[in-house]
Amino acid sequence: MLIRLEPRGEASRAMVYQSPLIAVVLTLLASMVMFWVLGTNPLQAIHAFFIEPISTLDGLAELLVKATPLVLIGIGLSLGFQANIWNIGAEGQLTLGAIFGGVLALAFFDVDTPFLLPAMLIAGIIGGMAWAAIPAFLKTRYNTNEILTSLMLTYVGLLLLSYLIHGPLRDPDGFNFPESRLFHDAAVLPIIFEGTRLHIGWLIALFVAVLAWILIVKHIIGFQIRVIGMAPAAASFAGFKEKRLVWLTLLMSGGAAGLAGVIEVAGPIGQIVPVVSPGYGFTAIIVAFLGRLHPIGVVLAGLLMALTYLGGDSAQITMNLPNAVTGVFQGMLLFFLLASDVLISYRIKFGSARTRESTA
Amino acid sequence: MKRFGKLTSLTVAALATATMAMSGGAQAQSDPLKVGFVYVGPVGDHGWTYEHNQGRLALEKEFGDKVKTTFVEKVPEGADAQRVINQLAASGHKLIFTTSFGYMNPTVRVAKKHPDVAFEHATGFKRDKNVATYSARFYEGRHVAGLIAGKMTKTNVIGYVASFPIPEVIRGINAVAIAARSVNPDVKIKVVWVSSWFDPGREADAAKTMIDQGVDIIMQHTDSPAPIQVAESRGVWAVGQASNMSAFGSKAHLTAIIDNWAPYYVARTKAVLDGTWKSGDTWGGFKSGMVQMAPYNSAIPADVVALAEKARKGIIDGSVHPFAGPIKDQSGKIVVAAGEVAPDGMLLGMDFYVEGVDGKIPK
Amino acid sequence: MNVDFIIPALLTIITASTPLVFAAIGEIVVEKSGVLNLGIEGMMIVGAIGAFAVAVTTGDPTLAILAGALSGMALAFIFGFLTLFLLSNQVATGLALTLFGIGFSALLGQNFVGKVFSGLPKLNIPGLSDLPGIGPLIFGQDVLVYLSVASAVLVTWFLSRTRWGLALRAVGENHNAAHSIGFSVTMIRLAAVLFGGAMAGLGGAYLSLAHTPLWVENMTAGRGWIALALVVFASWRPWRAFFGAYLFGGITIIQLHAQGFGVDVPSQILSMLPYLATIIVLVLISRDDTRARLNAPACLGRSFHASG
Repeated sequence: MLIRLEPRGEASRAMVYQSPLIAVVLTLLASMVMFWVLGTNPLQAIHAFFIEPISTLDGLAELLVKATPLVLIGIGLSLGFQANIWNIGAEGQLTLGAIFGGVLALAFFDVDTPFLLPAMLIAGIIGGMAWAAIPAFLKTRYNTNEILTSLMLTYVGLLLLSYLIHGPLRDPDGFNFPESRLFHDAAVLPIIFEGTRLHIGWLIALFVAVLAWILIVKHIIGFQIRVIGMAPAAASFAGFKEKRLVWLTLLMSGGAAGLAGVIEVAGPIGQIVPVVSPGYGFTAIIVAFLGRLHPIGVVLAGLLMALTYLGGDSAQITMNLPNAVTGVFQGMLLFFLLASDVLISYRIKFGSARTRESTA
Repeated sequence: MKRFGKLTSLTVAALATATMAMSGGAQAQSDPLKVGFVYVGPVGDHGWTYEHNQGRLALEKEFGDKVKTTFVEKVPEGADAQRVINQLAASGHKLIFTTSFGYMNPTVRVAKKHPDVAFEHATGFKRDKNVATYSARFYEGRHVAGLIAGKMTKTNVIGYVASFPIPEVIRGINAVAIAARSVNPDVKIKVVWVSSWFDPGREADAAKTMIDQGVDIIMQHTDSPAPIQVAESRGVWAVGQASNMSAFGSKAHLTAIIDNWAPYYVARTKAVLDGTWKSGDTWGGFKSGMVQMAPYNSAIPADVVALAEKARKGIIDGSVHPFAGPIKDQSGKIVVAAGEVAPDGMLLGMDFYVEGVDGKIPK
Repeated sequence: MNVDFIIPALLTIITASTPLVFAAIGEIVVEKSGVLNLGIEGMMIVGAIGAFAVAVTTGDPTLAILAGALSGMALAFIFGFLTLFLLSNQVATGLALTLFGIGFSALLGQNFVGKVFSGLPKLNIPGLSDLPGIGPLIFGQDVLVYLSVASAVLVTWFLSRTRWGLALRAVGENHNAAHSIGFSVTMIRLAAVLFGGAMAGLGGAYLSLAHTPLWVENMTAGRGWIALALVVFASWRPWRAFFGAYLFGGITIIQLHAQGFGVDVPSQILSMLPYLATIIVLVLISRDDTRARLNAPACLGRSFHASG
């Protein structure tokens, strides 16, 4: 074999920052080939994907609006993933957060009070936590794998929203169409820049990222989470209460997803609708790993992921590329980004291998 | 973010018909009119979005260089819709069709920011100076299909693969029940909800389930041709949805209710080109060509075809109304008196089953 | 209540469950080797279009089935290359594979929307296939249904009774130890990943060739995720995955029947039943099973580098 990987003694600090750049360059090259094969102008397509969406203030605001739920959920999930707790039901927890917070907005439809919005946000967190508490309970009490329970509960949550929005939560003046009333001003998140849709949810997401950073880096619980993920035996030897960490990480990730849900309905949507999220709960899993489970990384990864969605719209509008190209393009970008992480711990060597073993 | 005044009553539509000066009319002849479309599904769904895209292609064919069309597909009905619609408006599209109910509030919000752009929202009820609404009276087609089904069924049970319990779907179920029972009072309608617009596997399973329960005609208000295929392989009848689906089951396919958006899209684009575009509400049916019947299966007896055609022509000339009284709901209560027809407001928000439909509306 | 519908209902359950059986059993082999591939949905949908495209173009069901398996395998190779050779994160790479697969299948499928294929031929043994009741059930299926049953048998046998099965499990349990006794961890895992891709491709092929012989975008509609859950449900045992797929498919069909009979429960609540039942059954069988977690391959999701 002519190319092989050789482990670096320790992780390369430089590559931590360089590898994403290398990945982007490789993606650009590969996608140019793809666009060329598809018969479109590669440079124009790249421009449409990466530059055009953020070339205006409005576009930048939209980027942050799109990234908000991805970052929030990604932060929460990264806590659990570090402890090897596989919550893949964030989509369901988001939905319950939207329902809890939204119901509060509708229940106090006529009340104009500054307390309503904070109460909704808390209700959203509680909704997400409640949905995540079921896998936590089943795992700690009955040893039931959380991958299955959290995923199945996602479908249950989506059907619950469907049931509510086709019945009890419908707008009484809405001709029985499946959507709630538009929330009152007191139940809608304030806008940061007038004229755009950028709401304070983005600041909340950043705040949560900071909290997570403090927790994971400075707090004993963060230490326990990391140890239990890397060396479960050592953790139990050290007397960490594993069940407590299962509860904690599931509740934190569920709460973050629930918060993202209520922020969506109280922010850009402004009412409860049958489809609150186009799969943020699943996309955020990628965001968490792309951000290497680190809060700062998750924020950056959320922004990048959001950009690819906005870029997909632009590519359709200005280039008439089908939506399918967006999926292929996103996939390729992620492949390169994930693959280039290898450069952090390994260096690429050219030439024949020294020993047979290392060719594996 | 503000709450917008709602035009919740159909009669208030008068407000919406206020003329607006369209910049489109002033456009130079060489500059093509940019027309944008927002789709909820992929253009390859062979159903709802597919038919809207056929309408878009008809536009290009009709106007050639005078228009340039753009579409964005698979736009989720949540927070993303408003961004996409806004992006279309900001990039010079002067006429934008948003083709799913969930785009209603996003469309109205974007329209406030772009008073010089004409918006057309499908299946909604909120209008504005520059937001028109349009939909099709698919129930007229279902009336005709119901008459045929009532005549063709041997088991007297018609199965209905349904998506979500919204008025549009319930209206279709009721139209079939009323029509079928008008020619065969013993007919019952079974409804199975698949909680999806689009899941071919589950639609097929629902069709099989109902056939196993004695249904011998499958109707659907979901988007894939899977139920037709099931009917074909099981040797029962079926009625297609959105487009002519006979390719998927030529023996089973009695007819289909075809969405045909092309005439409306052409007319509205022409209006913008001429500078005569006005907001308003269009709810077209057979008469305007928005709803069409696919060719009838040759296995349908001539007298049944005649009956169907008579109804279709009657609907066009106004002598037949699919929701003509007396109409009873499931409890036997008269909801539309003899000699009257259901008003559009009742049709628009319909949330009860008529007599002859089994089960309850999930709510 | 009439019982005539029971046999047809069972037939419907078989078609609803078969795609899940393929995908879940394939993923069991992958995970047993220590690799977690969350891209099942992506491999299924590419298998579906690959199979359908060949079916429409050539009209040959055998080639179509092969094409489905190969398409799934091709996608799995991308995953295998990235995670095994470039050591990328398996969870994220798998999810990226799903994004890629859905987009890629849509691109490939542009010219196949609205095309028709007559479906897979069914086994027909004169006499046997016409037996009342069990005839169509046992002797009247298409080849993929028999293959799905066979795959449960063969994979069980392979994992528990063969040397290579042992090697595969060893690699999943402790890759360093397996490596030190001379197994090529990467190659065994790559083989497992490719097999999983082929099986997911077959699951997709079953959808587009037999369940609903047509192509439309997104036609897998989330079945890859259900298959993933079934692997966990099965505690990585092929037969339990088979049972799980039929439990899930069965309850899906039963709730449709309940709706057809006019049961007075909102349809959305009835639609929750397959998901809730899967949770409840798993709770019941894993309740006292402290070994359940031990059955999970110890190296699941961990990258391996030979000299590392």
